[in-house]
Amino acid sequence: MNNPPDVSQDPKEYEEYAHNVQKHVRGYLMVGALLLVFTGITVALSYVDFGARKANIAVAMLVATLKAGMVAAIFMHLAAEKRLIYRILIFTGFFVLGLFWLIYLAWYDYPVFH
Amino acid sequence: MEIPYTVSTRPDTGLWNAKVGIWLFLASEVMLFGGLFSAYIFLRLDAPPGMWPHGLLNVPVGTMNTAILILSSVTVVLAWAALKMRRYRAYWWYMLATILCGVIFLTVKLVYEWPQKFDHFGAYIKPEALGKYEQYLGNEHAAAKGLPPRLEITGHLHNRAALTDPNIKEYEVYLDPVNADPTNPAMDRPHFLYVPPTHKLAPIEKEDVERATMFLPTHSAYFASYFTITGLHGMHVLGGVLVFIYMWLPVSKKLYQRNPEHLANRVEVAGLFWHFVDLIWIFVFPLFYLL
Amino acid sequence: MDASTSLETHHHPGAHGAEHEHHELGWWRKYIFSTDHKVIGIQYGLCGLVFLFFGFCLMMLMRWQLAYPGQALPVIGKLLPYIFGPGTMPDGKMAPDFYNSLGAMHGTIMIFLGIVPVAFAAFGNFVVPLQIGAPDMTFPKVNAASFWAFAVGGVIMLTSFFVPGGAAKSGWTSYTPLADIADKGPNYHVIFSGQTLWLLGFIFLITSSLLGAVNFITTIIQLRAKGLTWMRLPFFVWAQFVTAFLLLLAFPPLEAAIVMQFMDRVAATSFFLPSGLVVNGAAVSVSGGGNPLLWQHLFWFLGHPEVYVLILPAMGIVAEILANNSRKPLWGYKSLVFSVLVIGFLSFVVWAHHMWLTGMGTAVSAFFQTTTLLISIPSVIILSAFFISLWGGSIRFTVPMLFATAFLPMFGIGGLTGIPLAFNSADLYLHDTYYVIAHFHYIVAPGTIFGLFAGIYYWFPKATGRKMNDFWGKVHFWPTLICMNVIFLPMFLQGMIGMHRRWYDGGQGWTLSGDHVWGLTGFQWNTPISWAAWTMGLAQIPFIINFFWSIKHGKKVNDNPWEATTLEWTAPSPPPHGNFVTTPIAYRGPYEYSLPGRDRDFTMQNEPVEPRERVRRKTPEAVLV
Repeated sequence: MNNPPDVSQDPKEYEEYAHNVQKHVRGYLMVGALLLVFTGITVALSYVDFGARKANIAVAMLVATLKAGMVAAIFMHLAAEKRLIYRILIFTGFFVLGLFWLIYLAWYDYPVFH
Repeated sequence: MEIPYTVSTRPDTGLWNAKVGIWLFLASEVMLFGGLFSAYIFLRLDAPPGMWPHGLLNVPVGTMNTAILILSSVTVVLAWAALKMRRYRAYWWYMLATILCGVIFLTVKLVYEWPQKFDHFGAYIKPEALGKYEQYLGNEHAAAKGLPPRLEITGHLHNRAALTDPNIKEYEVYLDPVNADPTNPAMDRPHFLYVPPTHKLAPIEKEDVERATMFLPTHSAYFASYFTITGLHGMHVLGGVLVFIYMWLPVSKKLYQRNPEHLANRVEVAGLFWHFVDLIWIFVFPLFYLL
Repeated sequence: MDASTSLETHHHPGAHGAEHEHHELGWWRKYIFSTDHKVIGIQYGLCGLVFLFFGFCLMMLMRWQLAYPGQALPVIGKLLPYIFGPGTMPDGKMAPDFYNSLGAMHGTIMIFLGIVPVAFAAFGNFVVPLQIGAPDMTFPKVNAASFWAFAVGGVIMLTSFFVPGGAAKSGWTSYTPLADIADKGPNYHVIFSGQTLWLLGFIFLITSSLLGAVNFITTIIQLRAKGLTWMRLPFFVWAQFVTAFLLLLAFPPLEAAIVMQFMDRVAATSFFLPSGLVVNGAAVSVSGGGNPLLWQHLFWFLGHPEVYVLILPAMGIVAEILANNSRKPLWGYKSLVFSVLVIGFLSFVVWAHHMWLTGMGTAVSAFFQTTTLLISIPSVIILSAFFISLWGGSIRFTVPMLFATAFLPMFGIGGLTGIPLAFNSADLYLHDTYYVIAHFHYIVAPGTIFGLFAGIYYWFPKATGRKMNDFWGKVHFWPTLICMNVIFLPMFLQGMIGMHRRWYDGGQGWTLSGDHVWGLTGFQWNTPISWAAWTMGLAQIPFIINFFWSIKHGKKVNDNPWEATTLEWTAPSPPPHGNFVTTPIAYRGPYEYSLPGRDRDFTMQNEPVEPRERVRRKTPEAVLV
């Protein structure tokens, strides 16, 4: 979102700008409501038996990722951010997944334990 | 020379300084919680059958806290939008709402949830004594249904002195519903609403017990990671609340009058941090409360 | 107030910036609680150097025990019990626990309180904003907070020597479960025990480097002078940029692990304690269910990038000095930049090569062996480019240049001897022997520390307006170089005959260390090594005296005494608050030495490109951001 224009100089332009922000506000409220709904869904799903606990975990993590995605995309403006920030986050994401994946892999590859 | 791009954006990046800074900080936070969650995954994969407890936390309270945190994320983004529209009054109210949400979250955690756990007792029974306590554990029923074995008897410890006094030979426990009526099919899955311990008192001999503690971090790998991760998360919430209080105080009104955009930027940066804290909780909640 | 497209520095309407600038700060605000990047850089530098020397002293003590195990240390051995407690040196003989403390704290202090603060924080803080033409770091207050977090961490680490049981003694890697249960005797205090304080101190140090890293990256991205495009950055800035990313992203997983070990010690959790752990014949009363290898993974997730945190800034310093003193452009600037980026990236996926001995399976070993060998490629590219940079130059052997040229073969030896360690099969034999010690010390001691000395001699005139004495610089350099090699070369031999790195008696009790190498047994080699270490300690005295004497009495020099090209030399020496008299603009690359058709053999970055130059160079120059 751009900086707002100076009110004292051009009231009309400012009104337009304020209106634009107002539109965003509606979006935020909607996402907030959606997040609450999804929280309810997560809780409800945890009482549904998907056969194995692993399946329950997968479903819950899927919903959580969806919620986290909404927070990141809308509240944290990642849906439309500058390239630099995407770059930082891509590297971070890569390394954190590497951390998870390689430790996990190493664990399952220890002949001693299996 | 003044430091450039504190409020205006640098042309080639399109960003002002603090925005770059906060995203870098959040990147490192991702790695911090990444390390903790990888530990959680590990301890959980490592846990032998029956050693990762379920349904020990209070789901309705956890759900409420989740909702409060989501609500505060909405209010902080509205506070920022209000500043962008130069409506200081609205900003002030939204900020107050955010601060209150944070305070409520922490209060619930520190005054209700944690102390309730500290007051709960669990005793892991030695493998050879499991049969002796079959009436409280219902392992035959569990095995028949394909459920993981129950190795622990939980509830309210009647004789607290037993924890420290070596002359007391047994724990007297007001059993949790699951141990009071273990073969009831309703106990196969955790309850949704919190059910307090029953009035059924069970003696558990100390020599049959592998390990007995209150629900402290030392109780199990589960509670260790629960208290560590929620504790660290709570410290983040506290940090956020303190920053918001600073931005809500009259000091910041002076900044607003001097340069409203500067305050808006500050709120945006603090907001980004706050959303991240919310985002972490979105994962913490199902991992510890529900799964 | 639409400033988003404006190129100019933003000024708030109605803000009286000028008034603030003329406001004189008091002595405390100016020199102690300063937010000026130069003061903070110097604070970091002085503290770091003191810690470096302190860490070196710990090692000099250990060298006595290794060379003369069980013998009383003359004079000093009588005094030390008064400082560290009577149990540490009974009758002047070193107690085993004290030996372990010295070893663990030597590693910790040298790496986290010595080299990182000097190489990254001190040089980074002082030089980077000047080199990119910025008035200060982006967040000066955060910068000061970073230094004070470091100071608190350092104090906590030092305090740990004086608690009952002494400082941390489980190695600088603090492997679990050893570190988890260290000091947990009858008099165990949950906070005031060596290992717990080590963890606590570390949390502050991590906070410090986190704040520093955020600041550095933001500064380099946001505050580069007009015209200073990415490919015109001095190599030193690139090295610091990558280093900052390593600190930013690699430290937090260790912080997570440290928080967990802290919980293990303070709240009796068992994150790293497996079920059924037996210590001294008794089962440990913990819940168990933890995983000691988890610590190693999280530790080395930092630990390996940390190696590059130690070496990259030194490489950056050496690059600046080589170009300046060979009077020609750095060879292969782009290859250097991409190499350093690739190193940064790969350093995150090689960590488990420190863990071959934990018995990993073949699949994961193959993965980590491959990445480890891959990372040697960019390192070799950098070293080769440095060597080629010397080719055909008119080299000036100034004191910084002596240290910088010595860096090259020393780092080469350190790097090449690491290759056998990258292979699982070879490492199974060499792991935890003196070979490993020699390998990484060649990189860090005559490698990085030479880089740091080079940097100190090189930028000293910028910080003080005076030069350090050349003669005493050489008196410092030559003995240091010789001693370094006498210390570390024999360690390769000791390691190859199988001497273990953590032996309290220096290998005296081990039969195979009786094998003769070049006329001495493995154990006997300890004696010349120790004497070289003590001599090297003496060889630092000329440096210390030269350093402090030159601040007041060194030869006065102009703003650009080395006839260098980068932007820091356009600022006055010492630079005032705000650094530059006029806002600098960069018109060209960082190493324009010996440009044909010029009357001087160096062309500074802020000298505009002349029209005739543009034709000759056939490149579209004068790109302005």
